[in-house]
This record gives sequence, C-alpha cells and structure tokens, in this order.
Amino acid sequence: MKILTCIKQVPGSNNVEVDPVTGVLKRSGVSSKINPYDLYAIEAALALKEQFGGSVDTITMGPPQAKAVIEEAVCMGARQGTVLSDRKFAGADVLATAYTLAQGIRKCGQYDLIICGKQTTDGDTAQVGAEVAEYLGIPNVANVLSVDGYRDGKLQLTVSLDEAVICEEIALPCLISMDSDVNTPRLPSYKVKRTLTDDVIRFLSFADFEDQNPDHYGLSGSATQVERIFPPEKVSEKQTVTGDAETQAQTLFSLLKQRKML
Amino acid sequence: MYNHITTKEIAALQAICGNANVLYGDAISPEYAHDELGDIRVMPEVVVRVSATEEVSAVMKLAWEKTIPVTVRGSGTGLVGAAVPIYGGILLETTKMNQILGLDPDNLTVRVQPGVLLMDLAAFAEENDFLYPPDPGEKSATIGGNISTNAGGMRAVKYGVTRDYVRSLTVVLPNGEIQTFGASVAKNSSGYSLKDLIVGSEGTLAIICEAVLKLVPLPKVSLSLLVPFSDMKSAIEAVPEIIRSKTTPTAIEYMSRDTILFSESYLGKKFPDTKNDAYILLTFDGNTLEQVESDLSTVAELCLDLGALDAYIVDTEERKKSVWSARGAFLEAIKSSTTEMDECDVVVPGNQVDTFIKYTHQLAADFGVRIPSFGHAGDGNLHVYICRDSLSDADWEKVKADCFDRMYEKAVALGGLVSGEHGIGYAKKEYLRRQYGDTPIALMQGIKKVFDEKNILNPGKVCF
Repeated sequence: MKILTCIKQVPGSNNVEVDPVTGVLKRSGVSSKINPYDLYAIEAALALKEQFGGSVDTITMGPPQAKAVIEEAVCMGARQGTVLSDRKFAGADVLATAYTLAQGIRKCGQYDLIICGKQTTDGDTAQVGAEVAEYLGIPNVANVLSVDGYRDGKLQLTVSLDEAVICEEIALPCLISMDSDVNTPRLPSYKVKRTLTDDVIRFLSFADFEDQNPDHYGLSGSATQVERIFPPEKVSEKQTVTGDAETQAQTLFSLLKQRKML
Repeated sequence: MYNHITTKEIAALQAICGNANVLYGDAISPEYAHDELGDIRVMPEVVVRVSATEEVSAVMKLAWEKTIPVTVRGSGTGLVGAAVPIYGGILLETTKMNQILGLDPDNLTVRVQPGVLLMDLAAFAEENDFLYPPDPGEKSATIGGNISTNAGGMRAVKYGVTRDYVRSLTVVLPNGEIQTFGASVAKNSSGYSLKDLIVGSEGTLAIICEAVLKLVPLPKVSLSLLVPFSDMKSAIEAVPEIIRSKTTPTAIEYMSRDTILFSESYLGKKFPDTKNDAYILLTFDGNTLEQVESDLSTVAELCLDLGALDAYIVDTEERKKSVWSARGAFLEAIKSSTTEMDECDVVVPGNQVDTFIKYTHQLAADFGVRIPSFGHAGDGNLHVYICRDSLSDADWEKVKADCFDRMYEKAVALGGLVSGEHGIGYAKKEYLRRQYGDTPIALMQGIKKVFDEKNILNPGKVCF
C-alpha cells in the first residue's frame, strides 16, 4: 500500500503571541514542531505499512525550513518527503492550501491512501483534508478512530460522528483524516537522524506544478478574507465549592448547568 | 503511658479549629488509618484539620499538657506508615494549610505552607519562570511530606534532593512553641543546623508549618531520550558510562518492559515503544538548544556504542507527556497488577545499581515471586516491589520477610542505605536498626528526646 501523509510545521509552544497590529502569529525566534494532530496520521500510516507492506511518504507546504518536519517523519519511519515551498504560496487560506497540496500530490505520483491529521494547532480549521480529497477527486472520511482492516482494495474504518461511532468501508484510493488521541505516535529515532541525508527531501515550487495560474495559489487563491485575528481573552476565574460531598456535587452540577456546560 | 481523647479534649480542639475541622467517631474515614501502601492500619481517635500555625501551636499545647500522641499527615501518600497514628490520639492533617505565601525573586525563594501540593508548587514556579527542582514521582504529595522524608525524585542526579532546597522552616515544637530554623539566606554557618534535623525527621521532632524553598531559573530547553536495550543487564551497565561522560543529565531512570506494560494497562494509554525488554530514560536541560542537543547526542552515541538498539528523541510537550506520565504511574501500576505489595527503597552507590538489580532478579527466581522494579539509576535509588499475587497469608509474610532481609543485607554489603527517599517511618525501623547499630540509633533517640521529652510527636517511628 502506497501511503502519503500530509503534515505541517507549527509553533513548538501553545503560548505563541499574536501581533496585535498585523494579527499575524509571531513566529520569529519561536521553536517549531510537527503539528501534534499529524503525528496520529503518521503513526496510523506506519502501522498500516507494518501490517500490509508498502511505503509511507510525507508532504508539507511551508517555508524551506519546513523540511525539518519531513526529516522528523523520516526519523519516525517514513521513507521520504516533499516540501512545497514558494513565495507564491504564502498567505494561503484552507482552500488555497488544499489546492496547492493537491497540485503537489499529483506531481509526487499515485498513492493508494492519503492520511491527514484532524486539524492543526495553529489554524484549527480542520478542512484541508476534505478539500484535498475534493481537488484530487477521491473519496474521504474524517474523524477516523481506527483502521480496522484492509481487504479487496477497501479499508474498514471506525469513525466518530460526535454522538455516535460508526463502522465504514471505503475503496482505495482515498483520503482519511485521523481523529486526535487515536494512537500513541512512535518517537523519532536518533539512529536514523544521525544518518539523514538530503536525499530524503524533495523541494517543489510553483514552477513544477501543472497549473501555472498564480491566482490559484497563496493569498490570491484564497477565498477567505481575514478581517482580524486576536488572541482569546484570558479569563482566570476561580470558585471553590465547599460542603459535604452531596452539597458539593449539587453545587457543581448547578454551576455547570448554569453555564450551559451540561 | 498516653492519655486518650475524651469529650473534654474534643471540645477544646473544636474551640481551636472549629467544629467542622474536628472529626471523631464514625466521622473519621478509614482512609485516615493508613498511608499509600496500606498494610499498617491504626485509626486515630480524632482528626484535626488545621488552617494556621497558631492552631497547630494550640493543638500541641493541649496535647503536651494532656500527654496525647499526635501524628501529622499531609496527603497520605507515604509508603512506610510514617503518617499512621500507631498510638491513636490526634491525627493532625495539614492539607488546609495549602497557600503559596509569596515569591521572592530577589532571593530566588518561595514561601509556602506545608499542605501545598508538589504539583501546584511546580506549576507556580514554572509560571514565574523558575524551577523547583525536587521531582518525586508522587505529584499529589504535600511539600510538608516531601520535606519530612527528604524526598528526592527524578532530577536528583543533577539538582540534588529536597534538603538542598530548604532555606528555612517555621515549626511548632511538641510543647507548642513556634520557632523558625534557618533563614532566607544562601549560606549558614550559624551553629548546629536545626533546620536540617527537621528535614527528613518524618514528623517526629516538630511540625512544619511554613517553609522557605530555594528556586532556580527555569532552564529554557529540556529534552529527553528513551534508550531501548535488549535486556536489563545491558541497560543498567550503560549507566556508569553515562555518568562518566560528564554530560550531567537531570534524570537517568531505568524501566523494564513488564513495568511499562503494567502502566499501559493502568493508564489505558499506550507507551510509545514496548518492543524491547529494558529502557533507560534520560533528561537533559539547559539554556540553549545547541548545548542540550550536544549532551543528548553524546549520550545517544555512547549508548549505541554500548549496545543500545536505538535512542528515541522525546522533544515536544506531547512526547514528554506520553513517556513521563507512564513513568509517574509506575508505582500505582504495579500496585494494580497484584493483590498486595510491599516496597524496598534502598539506595546504593551508582556503580552498584547493576549488581543490586541482578540480585533482585535472582531473589525473584529463588522465591518464585514477582519482584518488579524501577527507579533512579543515575543516583542509585531503586524502587523494588515484592508482589503477593496468589500467595497465602502465611507464605506472603514469610516470603516478604525473607526477601526484605536479603535485599537490605545486600544493599548494606554494597555500601548502600535502607532508604533513598521514602523514609523509615514504622515499616523500616528494624532494617535501620540492623544497619546502623546501637550508637547511631542512641544518638537519634537522644535528639528525639531533646525535642520531645514526652515522646508525643509521631511516636513509634524512625528510631523508637
């Protein structure tokens, strides 16, 4: 089974500040890492490869330094990866990102299965996976809890629908987006890291793509108009519930209900 | 020799602490009869939940006057019965004294009440860009309990133990007098260190009511390395080589596959790798990524040369959580894997860890019992657990006693000590007496008598 995982480089900490004037994340000087949700996708892909054979490749879009996430995926067990990097891709919303990824994936070859994470920790939109599938013209399933089997060219999946869990079957080629916390991602290997060479990474730019219309990429290709980005207001309210166990439980229940959390 | 609690004392305690904070009769939960290990159980006659130093003082004045035994209890997470009221009397609970009283960034200290939980203190320090280095596995222990046992934890290899971070203690003596020992100073050559006598005295000399603790600036970078080996022998043998490499890891922990699997089952969460029989988990910290990565690479290369099968990099919050949360649950995980267990917390010189672990494997084979272990390979402090599983009462008592006798004898023969960080309490008194002999025990008893001539504070523990 030829598997491709779509991954993204995100800030290494959740405490990244937002520039109050430009509304852009202050990334300079901040460490970076693979989007934690994508680690579940990589783990699912590597487990499938171990079970059914084949290969796992990765793809990402970002500045040249995004190659670090490809290297990390290789240290986890992936074979190789592609970085889609070009100034023309900058400022892309989910639609333009998905289009760019779809263009890149076409250039990388034929894959039986594409696996994405649920969402990213910096954007939180959770739409790229489905849109990539749409652009590639293949079926997709989101919120996958587990891949339970593979027979007759079809995957058997367990999928969360928030209020229900269903079992589905989907024919390859297809795209699936893994839910969060569905596995324990393996750790990157130092042994692989110390032997890494640039051979495992390929860079593709706008010039390599089939569609040469720049209006389909980056800010120009984005349908979303961002008016303002701002950090959520920090509220630190503390209330102590006292009394015996019965009273505490009742008070807590009323409080949660009052705040519409129940 | 001791007087019992009567309605008169209950009324007096209620007047001191308020009716709601004095529990007696059926209102006392059976939980107050034991600590975390649970095999030593005695119910107190009354439980008093104190809120202030003055209340502790008033309770002790009453207990002193009436000759009533008093045992101090924090979260009850101890493992040697130190917080069990062997002679009944008053159980004085400090968990309501849980305020962080102030940060002193000029002197790099924090002032806390004894009931502050270790996890809350650690979080508070980090929020303020500081580190409180002592890091015992039981994060819900109180800081008062940590000081009372001189707890060490996982960062002891580089940073030392709780004692190294206690600057001063405000305590209530057995007669109710309030005293402060030590000061918020970096140096102290002012007479005998009474503060250091209190640290590790397991609530037998005085009641800790306030502590000033040293903090260090929070290291900017921290990375861990999980190193798999094909067997425990190779894993443990690598540790002295790592120490010799002068890379100063903050932690060097060893763990077996069995223990990791217990933890997986207990937490319901998979560990990132369980393919191999033995693992060493190391952490490195510092202020630059380059320096920390350089230390990590040195040790990773060294381990690979020594036969490690790989070296997995644990570099993000998510990865650290997946590995260290399992490590933090080992005690509970082993406990849940058996019907009953007892523990041995010996400390041996770092270069004898391998010999001691191999000895426990031999004992397990000889006695036909499970003896899982994990611990701080870097500082020689091992946590070894004898599991009862399906043994009968009589067999269990015999096997436990025989195994403990041999393990403590072996530890002493290797130049080690009875306890690295859990303390002596009630359960390990005999082993302490056997190792130290008459004179050191008599000196300890003498110190106890000077502080507490009526022997009302936590009687029956450590050296009596």
